[in-house]
Amino acid sequence: MLLHTVNKSPFEKGSLDTCLRLAKQGSTILLIEDAVYAAMQGTVIESKISEAMKRYSVYALQSDLKARGLDEDRLLNGIKVVDYGGFVDLVAEHDTVQSWF
Amino acid sequence: MKFGIVVNEGPYTHQAADTAYQFTKAALEKGHEIVRVFFYHDGVNNGTRLTTPPQDERNIVKRWSELAQQHKLDLVVCVAAAQRRGIVDRDEAKRHGKDADNIAAGFRISGLGQLIEAGVLADRLVAFGD
Repeated sequence: MLLHTVNKSPFEKGSLDTCLRLAKQGSTILLIEDAVYAAMQGTVIESKISEAMKRYSVYALQSDLKARGLDEDRLLNGIKVVDYGGFVDLVAEHDTVQSWF
Repeated sequence: MKFGIVVNEGPYTHQAADTAYQFTKAALEKGHEIVRVFFYHDGVNNGTRLTTPPQDERNIVKRWSELAQQHKLDLVVCVAAAQRRGIVDRDEAKRHGKDADNIAAGFRISGLGQLIEAGVLADRLVAFGD
């Protein structure tokens, strides 16, 4: 199975949209850098992300949430948080990594 | 497990050069092997030793050089991308009649074949960019 990483804010670029359009059901998506904004409650894309989480496992990188002052309590239900070690583990656990910029 | 790392973004641009470094460091800490870090496109700017950030700021280039020294990493800069952006080693400087070279310690200049080889040798190839 594939691990997809997305590093752009969904409010700035279409990389997350492209990823969601092309990723196969059951894939894992890791939100890093500005893409972590997609993991928050109360955004205009909240329902899209919640819907996507029925098809994918979605993770967010802890240090990038912290760097932006995004409280883990305000994440959408079901988003899993990993540190860099967890990022490395996700890469090791999946056959291939696809980076969306 | 063997990892190959591709860096397509320059330092102090957005965040990819930092993410790539943090990922590489975390992978080494977990006992994985980094077969090569390949710097491509604007990523080649990670390899100039003339970078001089303020002293209280992270030095992205030096950080790569130090990590390479500690773990005997192979840091490869794409030659064509490097020439366009003015990153040269002694040989390249001589060949092109430049008055100086600027490649940072631990980096070497080579071709795209090194990226392909990293993809073949590594179990996972992870790209960081903008």
